[in-house]
Amino acid sequence: MNRLVPQPMFSLFLWLVWLLLVNALDPGHVVLGAFLALALPLFTARFWPDQPCMGRPLILLAYLGVFLWDIVVANLTVARLILGPVGRLRPAFVTIPLDLKNDFAITVLAHSISLTPGTVSAMVSEDRLSLLVHVLDLDDEALLVQRIKKRYEAPLKEIFPC
Amino acid sequence: MPEILIEAVISFFLLLGGAFALIGSIGLARLPDLFTRLHGPTKATTLGVGGILVASALHFSTGGRTLSLHELLVTLFLFATAPVSAYLIARAALHLRAPSDPDKQRLDRTGAEE
Amino acid sequence: MLSVTVLIAFFCIATALAFNFWRLFAGPSLPDRILALDTMAINTIALLVLLGIHQNLTEFFEAALLIAMMGFIGTVALCKYLLRGDIIE
Repeated sequence: MNRLVPQPMFSLFLWLVWLLLVNALDPGHVVLGAFLALALPLFTARFWPDQPCMGRPLILLAYLGVFLWDIVVANLTVARLILGPVGRLRPAFVTIPLDLKNDFAITVLAHSISLTPGTVSAMVSEDRLSLLVHVLDLDDEALLVQRIKKRYEAPLKEIFPC
Repeated sequence: MPEILIEAVISFFLLLGGAFALIGSIGLARLPDLFTRLHGPTKATTLGVGGILVASALHFSTGGRTLSLHELLVTLFLFATAPVSAYLIARAALHLRAPSDPDKQRLDRTGAEE
Repeated sequence: MLSVTVLIAFFCIATALAFNFWRLFAGPSLPDRILALDTMAINTIALLVLLGIHQNLTEFFEAALLIAMMGFIGTVALCKYLLRGDIIE
């Protein structure tokens, strides 16, 4: 099973993308999509050197919920900052120490940071130990680091335990 | 009754999307340096286009035709790629030392440059 | 109602594109211009989708998807060029 379907989540994702792309639910497309979803990970297996292992898929759903809510809040915050007085912004760079080890997990964290309130991730250090983040309006550096670690990194650590 | 309700929802998403896209671009034009400018397009514009795409999906799904969800694919793609673009632009700017006066000292202190 | 809101949204996106165009001209640095181009690509997607709603045609979707992909790949390529041009092998 594991050799035939190396990445079940990836296969499921590919299948859904195929069905969305053809925008139809004909039996033919369902079968063709399933075939592609099974064949593509097999043929591209060599391009995926280290697989992230999924620990708790349910936490992923909860994480996505928090994440979507934060995107909306982020946009209202940024809209207020953009339309407000520009001179009063306090932009700054903040370094966030990373506890995550897996490259994929770090990528997801950097993504989440970029899409949520007033922060854009700018650079991962070469040794994967810290993440440089640009903040549009910095209030309290320690508080921000703590908030990101608690809100995003902690659940990600449970989702990708290795 | 439902038809006018659906039209109202579509209009809401259209206006929301248009407003956010506009705010993102105002941020791009108005903010003082490159790193602050990054915030507008990555967040506001992405959500703005997302809103318009949701409006389009609703419009074509309710127009008496079959379900049309492929707009979600573009939304998903944009949400996946916008942070990558922002990350790469930030990296390029850090390499070229784009002028960002208020951050310069702080940047040096945190040792951002390799 | 819908035709009016579509027109308002058209106006918003067109103004946004004008702002992007200004940033593309004004610069001042290359990454600024790349960012402006990237944002223009995203706004163009919105414009195409709006046109689809306006004319009640679904054919514009593929074009929107292509612009999304090409815009992203263009941004990545330009940034990679800047990054590599800086480090001389």
